[in-house]
This record gives sequence, structure tokens and C-alpha cells, in this order.
Amino acid sequence: MQLINPGIGLIFWMTLAFLIVLFILGKFAWPAILKGLKEREQSIQEALDAAKEAQEQMKRLKMDNDKLLKDAMEERDAILAEARKMKEKIIGDAKGKATDEASVIVESAKEKINSEKLAALREIKSTVAAYSIEIAEKILREELKDKAKQKKYIEKLLKETSLN
Amino acid sequence: MAAKETPPSEKGAKAAEQGLDIGGMIMEHVTDAYEWHFFTVGEHNISLYLPVILYDQGHWIVFSSSRLKHGHASYKGYYLCEHGSDIGKLVRKNASGKEVLPQLDISITKTVLAIFINAFLVILIFISIARSYRKREGKAPKGMQSLLEPLIIFIRDDVAKDSIGEEKYERYLPYLMSLFFFILFSNLFGIVPIFPGGSNVTGNIAVTGVMAFFTFVITTVSGNKHYWKDIFNTPGVPWWLKYPVPLMPFVELMGIFTKPFVLMVRLFANMLSGHIVLAGFISLIFIFGTFGVGMGYGVSVFSIAFAIFLDLLEVLVAFIQAYVFVLLSALYFGMATEVPEHH
Repeated sequence: MQLINPGIGLIFWMTLAFLIVLFILGKFAWPAILKGLKEREQSIQEALDAAKEAQEQMKRLKMDNDKLLKDAMEERDAILAEARKMKEKIIGDAKGKATDEASVIVESAKEKINSEKLAALREIKSTVAAYSIEIAEKILREELKDKAKQKKYIEKLLKETSLN
Repeated sequence: MAAKETPPSEKGAKAAEQGLDIGGMIMEHVTDAYEWHFFTVGEHNISLYLPVILYDQGHWIVFSSSRLKHGHASYKGYYLCEHGSDIGKLVRKNASGKEVLPQLDISITKTVLAIFINAFLVILIFISIARSYRKREGKAPKGMQSLLEPLIIFIRDDVAKDSIGEEKYERYLPYLMSLFFFILFSNLFGIVPIFPGGSNVTGNIAVTGVMAFFTFVITTVSGNKHYWKDIFNTPGVPWWLKYPVPLMPFVELMGIFTKPFVLMVRLFANMLSGHIVLAGFISLIFIFGTFGVGMGYGVSVFSIAFAIFLDLLEVLVAFIQAYVFVLLSALYFGMATEVPEHH
């Protein structure tokens, strides 16, 4: 059968042609193609890696931002709380001071009133005494206008004195 | 033209009366010839006549195949053999009147020309692709480059890298790539029915044999110590299969040769059968045409439908066979260079 009977000529030319194909493609085509493919694959891989890295960085940045925000908020809250506390303290202090001052004023007022009262009482006493002496003088003068009465009174006084 | 009982010119004339020589026609399609026959118009054959190159009895003899007049004439005593195992080849009668082949026949036959055309196209395509890789460095592929890049990557990653291994595959890659694309393009050009396609290149045993031989040589040359040890002292086999009768080594040694042989036969048989079946379906039209013109037209609908189906199948087969040939070659290289794992 000629189908399964390979011809020498065909084998010769096929070998030659195939060798030429192998040589030319092996020298001029495959190195460039495979190199190009590899380089492109590498560059794609690098780009992907870079993108991933960027994403990670973004995530980190965002996390940092969040943390900063949270810190800021906490600080704000702390400051606000402190301010509130301070306000309350100031108000409290002011109230306390005012109370103290008021009580001091009241005290001093009381004291003054007391001393005024005492002075007034002393004056009243001395006035009353002066009036009493004056009245008594007048009464005595009235009583001792005549000698008989003077004498009688002196005797009475003497009587009382001797009794003492 | 091989298997030509009746010359094509007579064939056309006689077809109506005595039926067609379908077997001869199909054989003409799938076998090699000294001319590239396109079609016959009435009495005239439209052919590309190719040079005949012979070396015989100490002389180089070169002439055009047109001198053979499609097998009707002889030139310098050489004529086309019409029967026997050398049918379709150039022979001469020796002193005792017996037909003998010339000592060397390296004519540029139809298949040889098709090989040249295929080789040229493959080289042209991949040189241009290589240029676009160089020119468009680091850019997205374009045109022909993006059409063939998936195949290139497929061969590199799924065939070479997987079968041979990450470290050594690059050494065999140029061969595997060239082999794959040469087979693939030859298969595909074989399906195209008009010149320069349509010749049965990969369905020729000499062509597949040469490629299988290359795989065999590369496998044998790159075989390492472990590879040869596995052949001559197969591990995991009872000792009495190796001594005193070296049965296993013999079987393994045979395996070295059967592997490329199988490669050769598989591609050859697949492509040849595809061509024969396709030609057969188309021939049905003419067979039924001899029963009546209406019959011929009627059958042609089904024949064409089947032929289209088969053509599509052949496209698939073209890819599969190229893939299988290269995959098995890669596997053999992988086996030859495998380094045993240390336990």
C-alpha cells in the first residue's frame, strides 16, 4: 500500500523543512514571543501587586483616620466633660464663696446691731439715770423747801443710816 | 496521481457510461503525486506540474512532471507504476524487464510543496507575531498576536510546564511550539479545499514519521540516569521478570520505540481517515449522480450537510491531534528528564 509506505524523498524534504522551521522559529520567533509574554505577565503581576499594596495602604490609612477620628472624638468628649466639671466647680465655688461672704456680712451686721443696741441701752440707762437724778433733785428741792421738812428728812436719813 | 487505473481525462468522459472510480478518486486526494492536480475541464487537466528529481545509475535526472502526461507517457524510461506496492511512484524497467524504483527519488511532489508552503506560512506568521511582541512590548496583544496567544500560553503552561516541570520545560518549549503549530497549520490547511490548501500533509506517514522521529531523538538524547535505570532495571517488578530472562527490560526497551511509533500512526491515521471520509461524502453526490441528475441533486443536500458536519469535526480533530502529539511528546520529555523524589 502506498499509504503506509513512506517515500524517501518525502522524508528527506520533510526533515529539511522541519529543521528549517525549528531553526528559524527557534532563533527568531520563540525567544521574542516567550520573552514578551513573560515580561508582560510579570508587569501585570507587578501591577496587581501594586494595586493590592495600594489597597492595603488605603485600608491602613483609613484605619488610621478612623483611629484619629475616634481619638479626637474621645478627646473632645474628655475636654467637654472636664469643662462641664470645671463649670460646675466654678459655680459651686462661687456659690460657696457667696454664702460665706453673706454669712460674714450677716455676722458683722449682727455684731454691729448688737453693739449699737448695747450703746443705745447704755445711753438710755445714762439718760434715764440723769433724768432720775434730775427728777429726784427736783423732788428733793420741792420737798426740802422749808426747814422743818429738811430737818425731818435729815433725821429720817440718819435714822436709816444708823440702822445700817 | 496515485492509484490511477484510468487517466483523469478519460475518467470524465467515461463516467456517465461505466460509473465513477470513486476509490481511485479518493486515493488521488489523499496520496502524494508528482503534479498538483486542481481540476479537469473537459479534456484538459489543470495542474501545477512539479519537478521530478531522481538519482539513478550514477546520474541526476531532473525533469518536469508534465512530460509524464498524467501517466500516459514515459520519460527517459521512467513512468508511473500502475499496480503493486509502488503504485503511483516513478519506476523504470531494468535489464530483465522487472519494474524497479530509482535509487533515489527526491522529487518535489505535491506533499513536499504543501510542506514547504505550510512551513513558510508558519514561519511568516510567527516571525510577524514575534515582531509585534517586540514592537508592542508590555502592551496588550493585537490582531494575529491575540488570536494565537491563548494557544501559545496553553502549550507553554498546560502542556510543557505541566508535563516536563517548572525547571526544565523552557529547553523544550521551542520544539514543542514549532511542532504544535506546524501540525496544527498543516491539519487546518488540509481542510481548505483550494490551493494552496487541501493537500493531505499530516495524513502522510512520512511527515508524521519525521516528526515522531524528532521526538524520539530528543527523548533519547535527554534521557537521564533515572530514565535509563527505569528501563533496564524497572523498579517495583518481581526480580524473576528481569533475571535470568530480561523480560521487563525488553518490554521497556520496546516501549522507547513504540511510543514515537504510536505518535506517528495516530496523527497519520486520524488525518487520513478524515480526508477519506470527507472525500467519500462528497463522492456520494457523483455516485448518485450517475443514477440520474435529480438523484445527484437530491443526495447532494444530505451529502453537503454531512460534509459540513465532518468539516467542523475535522477542525476539532485538527486541534485535538496537534494537541495530543505535542502533549505526548512533552510527556516523553518529562519522563526522560524526571528526577526521582528523595524519600
